[in-house]
Amino acid sequence: MSLHAALRGNAQILLERSENSLDALFGGADNPLRHLGALGLYFLWILVATGLYLYTVLDTSVEGVYTSIGYLSREQWYLGGILRSLHRYASDAFVLVMMLHLAREWAYGRYHGFRLYSWVTGVPLIWLVYISGIGGYWIVWDRLAQFSAIATTELLDWLPFFTEPTARNFLAPDSVNDRLFTVLVFIHIGVPLMLILGLWAHVNRISRVDYLPSRRVMLATLASFLALALIKPALSDAPANLALAPAELRLDWFFLFIHPLTDVTSPAAVWALLFGATILLFALPFLPHLKAQPIAVVDAANCNGCSRCHADCPYEAVTMAVHPGKRGHKIAIVDPDLCAGCGICAGSCPSSTPFRSQEKLVTGIDMPQQPVDVMRRQLETQLARLGTQPSGTTKLVVFGCDKGADVRGLAAADTAAISLLCTGMLPPSFVEYALRGGADGIVVTGCRDGGCDFRLGMQWTQERLAHQREPHLRSLVPQDRLRLVYASRSESRQLAAAIDEFRTQLETQTAISNRPPAYSRRTPHHG
Amino acid sequence: MAKPAAIVGQIILYGAFAAFLGYFATSPTYKQIPDDVALIKLSMSHLGGRECRKRSPEELAKLPPNMRAPLECPRGRSDIKLVLELDGKPMFETVMHPTGLSKDGVSTVYKRFEVKAGTYQLSVKMNDNLINPGFNFVKEAQVTLKPAQVLVVDFNPDKGGLFFQ
Repeated sequence: MSLHAALRGNAQILLERSENSLDALFGGADNPLRHLGALGLYFLWILVATGLYLYTVLDTSVEGVYTSIGYLSREQWYLGGILRSLHRYASDAFVLVMMLHLAREWAYGRYHGFRLYSWVTGVPLIWLVYISGIGGYWIVWDRLAQFSAIATTELLDWLPFFTEPTARNFLAPDSVNDRLFTVLVFIHIGVPLMLILGLWAHVNRISRVDYLPSRRVMLATLASFLALALIKPALSDAPANLALAPAELRLDWFFLFIHPLTDVTSPAAVWALLFGATILLFALPFLPHLKAQPIAVVDAANCNGCSRCHADCPYEAVTMAVHPGKRGHKIAIVDPDLCAGCGICAGSCPSSTPFRSQEKLVTGIDMPQQPVDVMRRQLETQLARLGTQPSGTTKLVVFGCDKGADVRGLAAADTAAISLLCTGMLPPSFVEYALRGGADGIVVTGCRDGGCDFRLGMQWTQERLAHQREPHLRSLVPQDRLRLVYASRSESRQLAAAIDEFRTQLETQTAISNRPPAYSRRTPHHG
Repeated sequence: MAKPAAIVGQIILYGAFAAFLGYFATSPTYKQIPDDVALIKLSMSHLGGRECRKRSPEELAKLPPNMRAPLECPRGRSDIKLVLELDGKPMFETVMHPTGLSKDGVSTVYKRFEVKAGTYQLSVKMNDNLINPGFNFVKEAQVTLKPAQVLVVDFNPDKGGLFFQ
């Protein structure tokens, strides 16, 4: 195992444990660690809204920038001061969630293959965030702004781009004029606009984007910022004076850490670090990785153009076109560059039902590495095996996910375990088929809420089994013989415990519904 | 976990989130220079000299009327030599090269020096045309630097050449 793989693996375990721990308090939908991207977008909207107000009251003259912003914090603390503090703390929080988002996607290995585009479009956004954030500090034109402006220009001057040192713009008190702040405001508005455009590109290839976190998370984080704004409002330092070097500085380490770093190393070291890290992030997807999953394949004869795969694909890889062989029908088309190979489309296809009598089950859209026909054969083989158990044995079928808790190790004399590419590839009719084929109970397990490796697999599965999404589980299937268990890959023990509990419940509760009527195919493949 | 316990847990964690943000938004404080130190900033942007030759009347007559400039000047500029001394001891010495592919741009320097606050004899010498020996610009003065004071050493022909600010 390479050093990178070992690092990534350990980071993944650490993150998974942290996320699972927070699930206990927040639940998956409200767990901030599972919605970092959406949180970042939310913080950005806070920045835009508060920034609009700050812009309207800003006087862009040399003295005016300091006094107009200072006025907000002193005389208008109840509105302008709070908005200023929200602007400050939301920007710091944005950096925090952006870095966590980056670390999380890296740790989970979500940066190559079909995710290459999202990864590569995300890297330049970090630069835009820092350009915008550092420039924002200059606008206040206090001692901190003075320090940051000089330190940044001294750093920039190390690069061989400028004819004259840009630090000369901050040599003496008369070096700075009103026009500087007009330019700074222009940059501080223009760069975030570029950031928003970049974010649009960043999420362009995924469907049903998590644009905002849950209402609870939004309210809680906003309340945190408001509490900070009241307890520790954002205030200006003393006004800038280029004739004096700033003394002790209350540095915002989320953005301005780069200045002390330059002081303790050198501009060359800092640029090497920044450019090196950027190149490394861009190069990461091109390092050797496991071969990409085969992509979904459409069978024209069995595709009826229902568009369910198009609706359910988490990566907008399926589009609909005019069917070449059926007049007035549509056909699904798979974009190989976008397809994740998750199989969620196969699970959504109404033709994926095992009740079809064909000897070889061919569905409308399928995965070459785990076709629905193979799933049916596998299930029938397992059901036949379970059928040989003594009567009175509680026989369970467990459908799991390759990315979640491993179910293969759960296979036993009374338990059949089938692992899928993603739980979202399970057609609900397989649950009914298993119960009518002799199973006493069905366990469907996959990644935790908000932690699905393919984003929407568990959400669609849960909705399909709860009759909320097509193709839905038929109502003749009793819900008390079905158990949905959320378990990430590090939670095999918890999954085993949940299965044991379910088995005990089936064995001990007298009020358990009867199994649906037995069914066997005309041409069974048992054995 | 029971709901009230979960709510308490959430409040604690959101509080920790706010505390983390609040702390690192201003702390720990940072000092770039010690209390008893002043800064001398040496910064210049100046075009080096060039040797122009006076054209003879014969040469001028051969030129088209609209191009009869009396002086013929090379495009490139001279390097500039600069010496900074503090209390008679060399503090910094450099030769600034003209910018531009044709070496016809300004020569620049920007350096920041930390010195203990106090009184010093500060001297700057500059030669902006190295064809000539010695230094054609010299500025010497006794300066008293207070803690955190920034003294700028610059050059501006309109201000008489080298100056301290």
